[in-house]
Amino acid sequence: MSWKIKALKKSPWVFHVNTGACNNCDIEIVDLLTPRFDVERFGIKLVGSPRHADALLVTGVVTAQAVKRLEEVYKQTPKPCVVFAIGACACQTGIMYGGYHVAGPVDKIIRQIDPGAIIAYVPGCPPKPEAIISGVVKVLSAL
Amino acid sequence: MKQTNKNPVLAVGPFHPLQEEMEFYQLTLDGEIVTDIDVRLSYNHRGIEKISETLQFDQIPYLVSRICGICSASHPLAYVQAVEELADVKPPVRALYVRTIINELERIHSHLLWVGLAGHFIGYDTVFMWAWRYREPVLDLLEEITGNRNNYGNVKVGGCREDIPNEIKPKLLKELELIERKTDMLTKAVLDDPVLHARLKGVGVLKKEDAVKFCVTGPTARGSGIDIDVRRDDPYAAYNDLDWKVIVQQQGDVFAKAVVRLLETFESIKIVKQALNKMPDGPILTEVKEIPAGEAVGHAEAPRGETFHYVRSDGGNRPVRHKVRAPSYVNVPSFKASCLGQHIADVTITLAAVDPCYSCTERLAVVDRHQNTMLTFDELLKMSRQKTERIATDMGLPKLNPPLVDKDGGP
Amino acid sequence: MKVHKIMEQTELTEQLEKIRGKLIAIEQPRPNRLYLSCESENSREIVKFLFEDVGARFCVATAIDADHCFEVLYHFSYDRTGCVISVKAFIRDRNKPSIESVSHFLPAAEWIEREIHDTFGIEFRNHPDMRRLILADDWPQGVYPMRKEGTK
Repeated sequence: MSWKIKALKKSPWVFHVNTGACNNCDIEIVDLLTPRFDVERFGIKLVGSPRHADALLVTGVVTAQAVKRLEEVYKQTPKPCVVFAIGACACQTGIMYGGYHVAGPVDKIIRQIDPGAIIAYVPGCPPKPEAIISGVVKVLSAL
Repeated sequence: MKQTNKNPVLAVGPFHPLQEEMEFYQLTLDGEIVTDIDVRLSYNHRGIEKISETLQFDQIPYLVSRICGICSASHPLAYVQAVEELADVKPPVRALYVRTIINELERIHSHLLWVGLAGHFIGYDTVFMWAWRYREPVLDLLEEITGNRNNYGNVKVGGCREDIPNEIKPKLLKELELIERKTDMLTKAVLDDPVLHARLKGVGVLKKEDAVKFCVTGPTARGSGIDIDVRRDDPYAAYNDLDWKVIVQQQGDVFAKAVVRLLETFESIKIVKQALNKMPDGPILTEVKEIPAGEAVGHAEAPRGETFHYVRSDGGNRPVRHKVRAPSYVNVPSFKASCLGQHIADVTITLAAVDPCYSCTERLAVVDRHQNTMLTFDELLKMSRQKTERIATDMGLPKLNPPLVDKDGGP
Repeated sequence: MKVHKIMEQTELTEQLEKIRGKLIAIEQPRPNRLYLSCESENSREIVKFLFEDVGARFCVATAIDADHCFEVLYHFSYDRTGCVISVKAFIRDRNKPSIESVSHFLPAAEWIEREIHDTFGIEFRNHPDMRRLILADDWPQGVYPMRKEGTK
């Protein structure tokens, strides 16, 4: 296993991207920082720039306007990185399926620019904070 | 906003961990004073109104609940009320009480969320952690009643899906006591803090005449002396049967809006307690077989203000037209009045004071113009927090005086 | 409705008589719901009357593709009585649908008129700032997703 992946597994720094979400998944992600869940004790840190991130937590359906932004963020994130599609919208557009302004879901957009991207799915509407933690931990252990 | 050659617009990364939503505010500055502000919406536009036309009337509450995560009870309620008006259907009284309880619990956790975010924006991270920690029991209550922390899916045309069993009422009332105690502690700490008074009073003032011009609603309006509240003005659910106050402040600044939200939280707790005690027994659903042709409106007081839905039917299974207007759609544009003339350090808190439900409207990313320099959102946040530090230092006081202390030991 | 509200509602009805001549009809399906229909040529005056003279609060505008015409409904809330008043303006020309903007005296309508222009292709004459609001930068011109034909 490369030293990078080892480092990633030790204390993943994550960057949160909202590509057109209702806010629920985003709030549950921010909830991870709060005392009840407190992910910082696991070394998981929410960072302010994709350039420092090991993983992306992506929420939302990827609207037509958000496509370029998501692509830019992905390109800026140093590889290897894991893209977590958080929530039903990010996984497969959920109830927003077929909307005229919906370009997603997340994997479709990411694979357009990187067919070999590592993408993980945490379904739920919204997924509970425990589910998000479980998803992140599961994936990073499997790497 | 017209393009001026003097101050070129530079797009800056909209992402900040605690900002949640993609935003594109565009500020024009003269030195460090905001002279113009605009917003590029679109990042969150999902075309929900069109999707609505493809769904059946009873599927739509699931859709509109996901317009915005924290107005996720108000949107389906306003929609369902419009359809019930169309079909001339009266839900049973118990259902009205269940709706009231869920909507008020949502108001409580939404206001606590705002207090936390506002605290974060001005450098009171203790307030952020505290407020969000004590949101959790409210979310637990909602999960107990409806099965989900958010997106309750409990309203249906004609009534509710899930009842609140009488057996769990004592537990709910006990939890409410805890929530009330914690909110009281938080409120006192926040409202009695002299640094906060100095930091937030006179900041981001929305004058009453501007508030009327922009037709704002909710705490944004009530903080500027406009005495409106859909729950009292056009009563729905069980609000007419319960005893509660509309909270209004006159100053129109960020502090006034904070006071409105904090005091409203207590009113909401009061409403829930009364509703739990007064709920009559009985069914929670009136069967509705078909929706006739016609049109109707439904509105509800979401935590951010009035949620407005219009529905037109041609007698079929799906609406012919469903218009959704979230409160932030009218509240956010008032930034033209409240942000202009403000110092750059106050912009984040002024914008946050409207409590833009980012998904409700569309969303904004901070794009900044300052001649040829860029200002990231992080930098704006830093300026905001530095201002608070300066004020605290000048007053010779620590932030949060007295400090927040959890005597209960809590979860 | 409480007594003082009934009185205020009566006053409202009396006030509306002042613009009766500009209306096609007044419908009142229930005590606190009014629909004032008019031709689009008169909508600006009626909206101005409701906002400035009656003092009602603008909520939002709804545009509808109604096959043989377009409709633009301006919804107001008369908070004193809880009455929602909707001005229903008919735009008869489907080929070049156009209506006078109300944003000059009603800033609260600026965004929704831009949104309707984006999604329905209705022109709002004399709008102070008609720029794209909610559709993506690269959304094709001339495609109005909220019309019946949608994005076809």
